[in-house]
Amino acid sequence: MTDTLTLEERRIALCLSVALAFLGLIMAAAAQRGVMALHGGMAIAVGLALAFIVGGSMYSNIEPGRDRLTHYYDAPIKFGIIMTLVWAVVGMGVGVWLAALMFWPEATPLWPATSYGRLRPVHTSGVIFGFGGNALIATSFYVLQRTTRARLAGAISPWFVLIGYNLFCLWAATGYLMGSTQSKEYAEPEWYADIWLVVVWLTYFTLYIRTLMRRVEPHIYVANWYYLAFILVVAILHIVNNIAIPVSWTHAESFPVWAGVQDAMIQWWYGHNAVAFFLTAGFLGMLYYFLPVRAQRPIWSYRLSILSFWGIVFFYMWAGSHHLHYTALPYWVQTLGMTFSVMLLVPSWASAGNAIATLNGAWHKVRDDATLRFMFVAAVFYGLSTFEGSFLAIRPVNSLSHYTDWTVGHVHSGTLGWVAMIVFGAIYTLVPKLSGREHMAWPQAVEWHFWLAIAGTLIYVVSLWNAGITQGLMWRAYDENGALSYSFIETVEAMLPYYAARTLGGALFLAGAILCALNCRVTMRTAAERVDATDRPLALQPAE
Amino acid sequence: MSTDPKEFPAADSHTGQREIDPVTGYDTTGHEWGGIKELNTPFPRIALIALVLTVAYSLVSWVLLPAWPIGRDYTRGLLGLDQGQVAIERYRDLASTREEWLSRFETPDFATLSEDAALMATAMPAAARLFRDNCAVCHGETGSGGIEFPVLNDNHWLWGGEPDMIAETLRVGINSSHPDSRLAQMPSFDWMDRTDRVALARYVAKLPEGDAATDDPGADLFAQNCAACHGEGGVGGMLNGAPSLADGAVIYGQDVHTVMNTLRSGRQGVMPSWIGRLSEAEINLLALYVMRLQDRGGGGQS
Repeated sequence: MTDTLTLEERRIALCLSVALAFLGLIMAAAAQRGVMALHGGMAIAVGLALAFIVGGSMYSNIEPGRDRLTHYYDAPIKFGIIMTLVWAVVGMGVGVWLAALMFWPEATPLWPATSYGRLRPVHTSGVIFGFGGNALIATSFYVLQRTTRARLAGAISPWFVLIGYNLFCLWAATGYLMGSTQSKEYAEPEWYADIWLVVVWLTYFTLYIRTLMRRVEPHIYVANWYYLAFILVVAILHIVNNIAIPVSWTHAESFPVWAGVQDAMIQWWYGHNAVAFFLTAGFLGMLYYFLPVRAQRPIWSYRLSILSFWGIVFFYMWAGSHHLHYTALPYWVQTLGMTFSVMLLVPSWASAGNAIATLNGAWHKVRDDATLRFMFVAAVFYGLSTFEGSFLAIRPVNSLSHYTDWTVGHVHSGTLGWVAMIVFGAIYTLVPKLSGREHMAWPQAVEWHFWLAIAGTLIYVVSLWNAGITQGLMWRAYDENGALSYSFIETVEAMLPYYAARTLGGALFLAGAILCALNCRVTMRTAAERVDATDRPLALQPAE
Repeated sequence: MSTDPKEFPAADSHTGQREIDPVTGYDTTGHEWGGIKELNTPFPRIALIALVLTVAYSLVSWVLLPAWPIGRDYTRGLLGLDQGQVAIERYRDLASTREEWLSRFETPDFATLSEDAALMATAMPAAARLFRDNCAVCHGETGSGGIEFPVLNDNHWLWGGEPDMIAETLRVGINSSHPDSRLAQMPSFDWMDRTDRVALARYVAKLPEGDAATDDPGADLFAQNCAACHGEGGVGGMLNGAPSLADGAVIYGQDVHTVMNTLRSGRQGVMPSWIGRLSEAEINLLALYVMRLQDRGGGGQS
């Protein structure tokens, strides 16, 4: 990781590593005990490890020549992909374990750290932020350089973003295990982790803008619009939802400044736009690059790209209140959330349709190439889950679906079918390129992975559709005498077969992800020297 | 930007023509990003139609429903809906159907109620669901109890098994926060000699089998310390919350080890008061249901 840095840059990197260790020391010394002290210890460990790696390289004379500027900067991307796969296995593994606990709650171990409530955010943060976030950052660096034909505008900042981001993920996951949480869904990490993420994210944003300004292509490709919307809006969402007052500077606990129904509205404005800008916009950026590249087809409609982008950016912002139908939230806010969610369908389908139409003339490739098939299926599930999302946002529909497992099924049709599928498609396109190879080391394993993933997703989603609709209907059923038809426990017992099926579906999906991680490991370890002559920046940049 | 096609990016400067995609027949926009191009496809009609339809849906919704904020107020919508009002009305509709038969349980005339077969056929399935939603978490789905939680489908009672007694227990609870709560405490006998405690525990453990000898060293101890609440010979039935020790029914267990624990630490089980959570009629309904559980001997739902 240090070979591409000049001696000067290594000195800066060393200072930053020591500064991180020092920051950890301050945290640990101030807090003395508890979660914050332990997290300080983790920062010390990461800082010292980096200091040793960078410090050791100071004595090496191998410095990159000026010709490094004639290549794209891919070393951090490789690290990002590795972290993506590590978090995939961790996050999905915890998910399968939790699914099994729903079926078999007696298996919960006695330790507080392994209770369902603490593990559940480890699963959600692990897959959304660990797996999804690393994939987004790594592919954004890749796509940004290729579509601007410019090298990343910084040698250390990409590393800072990726390592800093993974430290945040580590703090988050280990904090949950120790019971540290703000109790805001998808925004559980406490105030110091939130502040750290702001620093990392602003660095990311600056790096992205600076690289865009170096672009050689006069126009900015649509994938970059999406990535940029993802970076910018996630920063806004994260800051607003996490404004909190720490109990003291030496404790992990804090109180949010928002209260009551305002807090609920801010939380779900954040929550739904996290779906929009983290789990949708960024991955659309991925789709808009990797799908046409893999299919070797032009994007079907430039105009649909525009409609889709501005439609998604504008409509999504209003849709969050559909999470609070039939609550203390005023009716008019619910109506706005519902109607904007319905209007959102058209720009969403514009992107799904655009992606599928792009495959015209490449259907034989979809048939033969599992990697492209991943991306095709991703586009289909994107269309399905956005339709389902708009449908569930309609108030009377929501009265049936809300609080049931249908919601969970909907989320997983988006995350497994759309988000994870496009990530795997991107990984299988990108890892051979980064390893100087034409194909993955085990091409047949990609095919296996595809069928495991599609089978897992379908079993999971279909079983939770059934579960949710059954649950919703049972909860609202009254007999002719006006008494409830079912006791609550009967509605729980009715879930058993579906919970068993969802565990199986999740396990299949996890098996595919493990196969992918092993395949990538072997591919990276058997890297070759294949160089694509056209895959380079167009103009030499001035030395940094 | 110039509208002259000859000046479009990547256009042929003589003809103004751009690269044509052979598959779709459309020309490209003339841009290229690391190998990616875009087609200059016209805007699909169906997307426009869909956009118009969804916007129309929204406009209609905004006119009919509360929708847009205006200062400190909001547009009320032509339907004049208020979600709180709607919820209350729908609840009242349901409740009125239910009240038709449930209101009869407001008067605790249990004998008359039991005799009305038609009423029972309506009420007992509803009672079973009430029981499962409120009582089953401790007493089991069929009232079969468990360790620390009394069995309800047998004939052994702490505070009486008549419906009015059960209803009173439901109302005030046992060792609950209700001012008239039934109170029962098994005190700790840790002041007693351990040898005495062992003797007592052995005696108590033998009581249900009926072979406890009167000359047992525990018998005297029992008479002096326990009989006041548990009755002579531990037969119970004093309606003071102290269980019979001579029958097979147990709450905490009646083996020597468990009785030793009970003697050392004492016991004070809690049953909450259900006033406020259940209506008077629901409490009476449940009382009748619980009474009938013992007849079915483990039967749950009819």
